[in-house]
Amino acid sequence: MNRLKITLSLIIMILTVYSVRVLPLLFLRKNITNRFVRSFFHYVPYVTLAVMTFPAIILATQSVLSGVLALLVGLAAAWLIGDMFLVAILCCATVFISGLFL
Amino acid sequence: MSKNDNAKALPATNAGWFTKGLKDGIPICLGYFAVAFALGIAARDVGLSAVQAFFMSLGMVASAGEFAALQLIGAAAGVIEMISTTVVVNLRYFLMSCSLSQKLDPEMPTTHRFFLAQFVTDEIYALSVMVPGYLCPFYTYGIGICSVSGWCSGTALGVIVGNILPETVVNALSVALYGMFLAIIIPPAKKDRFLLKLVGISMAVSALFTWLPYLSLISSGFRVIILTLLIAGAAAYIHPLSEEELS
Repeated sequence: MNRLKITLSLIIMILTVYSVRVLPLLFLRKNITNRFVRSFFHYVPYVTLAVMTFPAIILATQSVLSGVLALLVGLAAAWLIGDMFLVAILCCATVFISGLFL
Repeated sequence: MSKNDNAKALPATNAGWFTKGLKDGIPICLGYFAVAFALGIAARDVGLSAVQAFFMSLGMVASAGEFAALQLIGAAAGVIEMISTTVVVNLRYFLMSCSLSQKLDPEMPTTHRFFLAQFVTDEIYALSVMVPGYLCPFYTYGIGICSVSGWCSGTALGVIVGNILPETVVNALSVALYGMFLAIIIPPAKKDRFLLKLVGISMAVSALFTWLPYLSLISSGFRVIILTLLIAGAAAYIHPLSEEELS
């Protein structure tokens, strides 16, 4: 894509994400009551992030093995520690260290 | 001033809330910077300039959202795919905005709602809703300005310095965002067996869609939309939240 097309794409997506955030603040002054809708919204982030993470994480690095190691370390760190910054750093460190040997 | 800034002594003025926000935003700023750096490298790979990457981060303020945006640009996706993917990937902000709207003073001028919207991210939202009583918008502005500055500068620097960094380091940073995603979804799933199964199933189905013939022809953007609608919809049907979970 050329520069202009990228800029136009960014503007479209910036306006879209802003709308997603601002519309509830402007128009929703009451709680959503529908149980299915609320349950659906509750599950959305988990499914979206899981789908975006796997298998992309093992395909992101040059060797699949270091990606698999990063996934395992990331899962363990997220389970045991949970801190976003630390988990991200540990995943990076895993790929870097395994890259020295593979 | 140094004695009374513990959690109990809440600021009485807008300026006080703003200052508290700036301070509380520092850890978020650092975390954002590291992840944004990786995002900048991804942005460079699909052809964004440092300026474009900076304004993408300023405009979207969304980790998964921007990551998906870069994938869409990289795949030269069409406008409809861009809008629908952006909506689905950022749907959790819709939920957070719904929740945040309940924390706002009905007397508060509506202008604040336009500004607050820009700062609805996982971390800024989490700090904002934890405040007792109505939210002072200046608290969110403080957190937001502090952390978003780390987010934007990290992205721009990733584009610029990403070129200079050795391949091994770039390779390593490319998994930072996935680590962050894992840190968002795994801790709640640890406490809820159904969520854990849901995450496992989502990953397995995503793998099928990546590698099986025909299914792999579906672009990554539409894969996220289709699987989110199907799997989260099925989950809501099979396992709707109980009254207490909803409250």
